[in-house]
Parts: sequence; C-alpha cells; structure tokens
Amino acid sequence: MPADTANTGYRGVWVFIEQVGGEVAPVSWELLGAGRQLADALGVELAGVLLGQGVAGLVTEVWAYGADKVYLVEDPVLGFYRTAPYARALVRLVKQYQPEILLLGATSLGRDLSGAVATFLGTGLTADCTSLTIDPETRLLEQTRPAFGGNVMATILCRRHRPQMATVRPRVMPMPSRQEDRRGELVRVDMAFNEAEARVEVIEVIEEKNKAVYLDRAEIIVAGGRGVGSKENFRLLEELAGVLGGTLGASRAAVEAGWLPPEYQVGQTGTTVRPKVYFAIGISGAVQHLVGMQTSDVIVAINNDSQAPIFKVATYGIVGDLRQVVPALTAEFRRQLVPGPG
Amino acid sequence: MLQMVVCVKQVPDTAEVRIDPRTNTLVRAGVPAIINPFDAHAVEAAVRLKEKYGGRVTALSMGPPQAAEVLRRALGMGADRAILLTDRAFAGSDTLATSYILARAIEVINRETPVDLVFCGKQAIDGDTAQVGPGIATRLGFTQLTYCMAIDAVDLEQGYIQVQRKLEGKREIIRGRLPALLTVVKDLNELRYPSLPALIRAARATITTWSKDNLDLDPAQIGLKGSPTSVRRIFAPPARPGGEIIPGEPRAAAVALVARLVQMKVIADK
Ligand SMILES: Cc1cc2nc3c(=O)[nH]c(=O)nc-3n(C[C@H](O)[C@H](O)[C@H](O)COP(=O)(O)OP(=O)(O)OC[C@H]3O[C@@H](n4cnc5c(N)ncnc54)[C@H](O)[C@@H]3O)c2cc1C
Ligand SMILES: Cc1cc2nc3c(=O)[nH]c(=O)nc-3n(C[C@H](O)[C@H](O)[C@H](O)COP(=O)(O)OP(=O)(O)OC[C@H]3O[C@@H](n4cnc5c(N)ncnc54)[C@H](O)[C@@H]3O)c2cc1C
Repeated sequence: MPADTANTGYRGVWVFIEQVGGEVAPVSWELLGAGRQLADALGVELAGVLLGQGVAGLVTEVWAYGADKVYLVEDPVLGFYRTAPYARALVRLVKQYQPEILLLGATSLGRDLSGAVATFLGTGLTADCTSLTIDPETRLLEQTRPAFGGNVMATILCRRHRPQMATVRPRVMPMPSRQEDRRGELVRVDMAFNEAEARVEVIEVIEEKNKAVYLDRAEIIVAGGRGVGSKENFRLLEELAGVLGGTLGASRAAVEAGWLPPEYQVGQTGTTVRPKVYFAIGISGAVQHLVGMQTSDVIVAINNDSQAPIFKVATYGIVGDLRQVVPALTAEFRRQLVPGPG
Repeated sequence: MLQMVVCVKQVPDTAEVRIDPRTNTLVRAGVPAIINPFDAHAVEAAVRLKEKYGGRVTALSMGPPQAAEVLRRALGMGADRAILLTDRAFAGSDTLATSYILARAIEVINRETPVDLVFCGKQAIDGDTAQVGPGIATRLGFTQLTYCMAIDAVDLEQGYIQVQRKLEGKREIIRGRLPALLTVVKDLNELRYPSLPALIRAARATITTWSKDNLDLDPAQIGLKGSPTSVRRIFAPPARPGGEIIPGEPRAAAVALVARLVQMKVIADK
C-alpha cells in the first residue's frame, strides 16, 4: 500500500468542476457549497479544478460559487472528456498541490474519472455520498453513503491516505447562492498532452430524452401497476407523463400483463430509479418494487386501497380510483403548467 | 480469437438485506446469494462476442468458497472456464484492494494468452460503488469504457472496439484501443436461459481455485490492511418523512396535490 500520507502536509479542499462543452454540471456548484463548509470547518482553502479546452470563461463562475482558487488546465486533448488524459491531469495536480480532500459529482463522468484517479494515487474513494462532515477532533472527513440498494447507510473514513476522495450524489447538497463579484486566485497549469494517450475517439454523442432506457436518469416518472387494469388505461398515465415531460414506468405485474415492455420495469429485477417525483399508480408497493424507487425525492401514490403498503413510503397519497384521479391530475397540471391564452 | 475475462461478484439479494435497528448490524441470515445482476449481462456479452469472433471466456471471482456458485452460473451461460480467488487474507478488501487482487489475477491469465477484453458490471448491488472496474483498468493500463449499453464492433486487426456508452440522457458512441475494460449496464443484452446440457456441464466442471500464493501480491495491498477506506458505522436509513394522505373527491385532491408539488418546486411552474 502506498505510503501513509495523512500527516505530510496535504491541505485544502478541492472540487472537480465537471463541464461538458462549457456547460457545468450543477452538482459541481452543489459541491462548492458543501466544500465551502468543510474548508471553513478545517480552516483551509477551497479550490475548484477546471479541465478542458476553451473553458477559462468559467473561472469567474467557480469563484462566484465560493472557491478561493481555481486550478485551470486547458488543452485541445481535453476538449471532450476522456478518462486517460483527464485522470492524468487531475493526478498531476493532486501530486503537485496536495489537497487533503477531493470531491467529484457521482455522475457517470465523475465516477468514471474518480475510480481511475484514486487508483493512480493509491488512496481511498468513497462512492455516492449523501452527507459529508468533519470530525472536529481528528479532522477526518466523515463520508456517509447508502449501500445495499438504499437499505443500509454507512459512514466511511479514509484515515491514513490523502487526499480523502469522495463522489457525491447530485441534488443532495443544497445549491449555494452565486456571489456575482466574488473573486479569487487563478493558477494556470500547463501540461503536454498528445492525442494518442487518450486511447479513445468519441464518434458521436446522441441526446435522448424521455426514453425508457434512461429511466434511471429520469427526473419525473409516472409508473403504473396491475391496478391500471388495461393497456388502454395506460394512455391516462401517458397523458400525465406528457404534461409533466416525464417518463413512463411499470411494476413487474404491469410488464407481465404486456402493458409496457420490460425496459420500463422498476424494481429489483428492473431499473433502480431516483427521480424528483415518482408517481406510483395502481402499484401495491411490494418490497421488490420499493427497492427500486424508495429513494425518489417525492413519491406520490394513487391507489384505491387505503391499506396498500405503497402509502407507507409515499410523500403524498390519494386514495381513489386511478381512472378518475389520474385524468383530474393531468387536467390540473395542464392548467398550472401550460401557459394558456389568457 | 478474443481472450476475454469477466469479473463476477457474488452478492446478497439486496431487496432482503436489512439493518437490525437494535444492534445496527446487517441481517444477512437467510438472505439468498446471487450473481451480481450486471455481471450476468457482462458474461452474456462476452459469450456473444465469442460466438461471433471466436475466443475464450474466463469467469473470475474473488470471494469465499461459496462464490463458486456464481462461477457455475457463468459456466452455464457459456463461459469456458472459471477461476475463484479465495483466501482469508483477501477478506475486508475495499475497492482499491479488490481491484488490485483482480488485476493481479488477470495479469496471470494475460501471461498465458494476452487478454483483449475484461468485462465488469456497472456496479455491484451490495457495495454499489462502481469503482472496481475503473480500478482494474487503471492498474492494467487498459482502455476504460464504462456504462456500455451496446457493442457495435470489435476489430482485432486494427485493434479497437466500438461501444455505446449510456450517460445522463445521452448515448456516446466511442471507439477505444484494445486491450480494453468494459463495465456494462443491463440494456446491453437479454440474458439467455442456459440449456440443460450446459447446466450439467457447468455442474460438473472443475473450478480453478487460486489463493494469494498463486498471485504475485504485495501483502500490504490486500485485505483490511491494504484498504484505505474503513467503514466506521452502518445504520438504517432514516425513515421517509411521514406521508400525507390528501383527502377529498378526485378533482379536489388533484388540485391540492398539484399545489403542493408546485410549491415544493419539484415540478416547475412555468
Ligand atoms: C425475485 C422477484 C423479483 C421481483 N422483481 C420485481 C421488480 O423488479 N419490480 C416489480 O415491480 N415487482 C417485482 N416483483 C414482483 C412483486 O413481488 C409484486 O408482485 C409486483 O410488484 C406487484 O405489482 P403491482 O403492485 O403492480 O400489482 P399488485 O400487487 O397486484 O397491486 C395492484 C394495486 O393496484 C391497486 N388498484 C387496483 N385497481 C385500482 C384502481 N382502479 N385504482 C387505484 N388503484 C387500484 C390495488 O389496490 C393494488 O394495491 C418481483 C418478485 C420476485 C419474487
Ligand atoms: C456498506 C458498505 C459500504 C462500502 N463503501 C465503500 C466505499 O465507499 N469505497 C470503497 O472503496 N469500498 C467500499 N466498500 C467495500 C466494497 O464494497 C468492497 O471493496 C467490494 O469488494 C467491491 O466494491 P463494490 O461492491 O462496490 O463493487 P463495484 O465496484 O460496484 O463492482 C463493479 C464490478 O466489479 C467487479 N467486482 C467487484 N467485486 C468483485 C469481486 N469480489 N469478484 C469479482 N468481480 C468483482 C464486478 O464485475 C462488479 O460488477 C463498502 C462496503 C460496504 C459493506
């Protein structure tokens, strides 16, 4: 195991600023908010790390969201995210400037990158955290995360290695306010890259919103179960999803009935989802379904059986016949959301 | 001829794992052990490539002796051989140590015949970290291709693989140099049902077992000692805040519900 680095002068909190085509992933701002609190608790600096090509314009944004310092590496090879050059750049910065904490968003990019970087550095990496605090006595980062599909929470420490690395779930840390005139320090670092080291070539990126295969990334899911009763009745759910810009989902019973194809199934043997709002309509709430959706921000249950277990996890519930409740909801959302002629 | 290694993990069926609220310990008794679902899709992907291009699929698992079961499952699905890495010294490995041990084993296989592709699941449903795949790729110096939802082509002559990666609301088509490590999502394929003869063959097959002595390992990098992360405590997730049943006729209830959701800003007001 690489040498003990806990007491060798690693200082400061870093946040990797994830950007694609100059657009910053909101989780990076959330992490600057969380990182600010950690840095203040430790009495150290907060820095953002910005890698890319033509991204210098974002530096003021990183200051505005709370960073004291920005490390900026620009190179054409960093124009598209690719693991190898991004990992090398980040590893080199860490070795040179030695932060004690390094945070990344638990996005697909953040997880892809952090796993490589932690391995190069031989340090610990805690995945998908939902809470970060500092133990005032030891100054260690307490990293709390769900495991076992959300059934278990664990607090993880990285005692003897630096930096302490974590990826953090999007949308759990509050968005900090943006301070327009806040300025900080800029550290530009030049490194030589060559295209061959990237090992990959991005051929095409295809945007695909509202498709079932992206259920695990959907922000609003309108899911139906056996209680929907027929394929025709699923039209009611489709209309609701349409008004909300959401995606359809299904329990296994609804899939087995042939009302929706298998890729729409939520649950243990389907997809695990974590939308902002999950509508469970005519779904009883079997444990195999619950494990796939119980960490949704808001759960709305519509069921005519007031004793259905789904109501135990629901934020809001309506007891009633879905054939009346769902059209009423669609109509009301349409009234509220779609700007009418007057 | 493609040389492929698939990493398969035995995991508890997480739907049934719970925390005992009094002792704050995991209740595992009676919880069935299964093949990590993503890893089953990884085996399927490798077997399909073998059918198309020719080659050999080695299933590799680190775990206690019972983990042999998931290797038999992989053999039943068409893997050619199975290797179980089992040793008390491996216990307590975090992702850094786990990827080290698995990478060392793949290096042994690589010395027999150079490995072109390694497959992992997107993540294990127990640890849920998605870190072991990138860890192995980094240690081996293989091209890292995570979240693969389709394999478009493998070109051994040119030495590349083209895959589609599933990202947030996007699909990325990307070509990477071989050798490569892929982590896979379930959209990649439909699992086949193993045929009866395949199951019989799998049940009878011998599973090679390697201990730490079969691998060229630095003892300081394995097990608890070799793991920089440690679990300080585990506990049950906080119960969801008490739900509210919205009363009234369908229309009145719908109006009240929409008002709450709009007010919470979870559904944007335009
Ligand atoms: C190994 C295993 C894996 C599984 N994996 C999954 C999985 O991934 N996903 C999954 O979903 N299930 C899974 N299941 C199945 C699961 O156990 C349940 O059988 C399933 O979730 C039930 O689906 P449901 O809630 O739609 O149907 P039901 O349990 O039949 O519930 C239907 C509900 O609709 C209500 N209802 C009926 N009519 C109306 C109406 N007019 N208006 C309003 N409400 C109405 C009823 O009150 C009832 O609560 C799995 C099971 C096993 C054993
Ligand atoms: C509650 C809890 C929380 C934890 N949190 C962390 C953490 O934040 N950071 C950390 O470093 N460790 C953590 N661990 C330890 C971690 O679970 C183990 O190190 C485990 O060996 C691998 O991690 P994973 O299960 O997350 O696998 P993942 O990285 O999610 O697995 C990805 C893929 O790697 C392959 N793979 C993984 N393990 C094996 C294996 N044993 N044999 C064959 N193939 C395998 C499979 O193909 C799998 O699909 C935690 C453990 C527990 C119990």
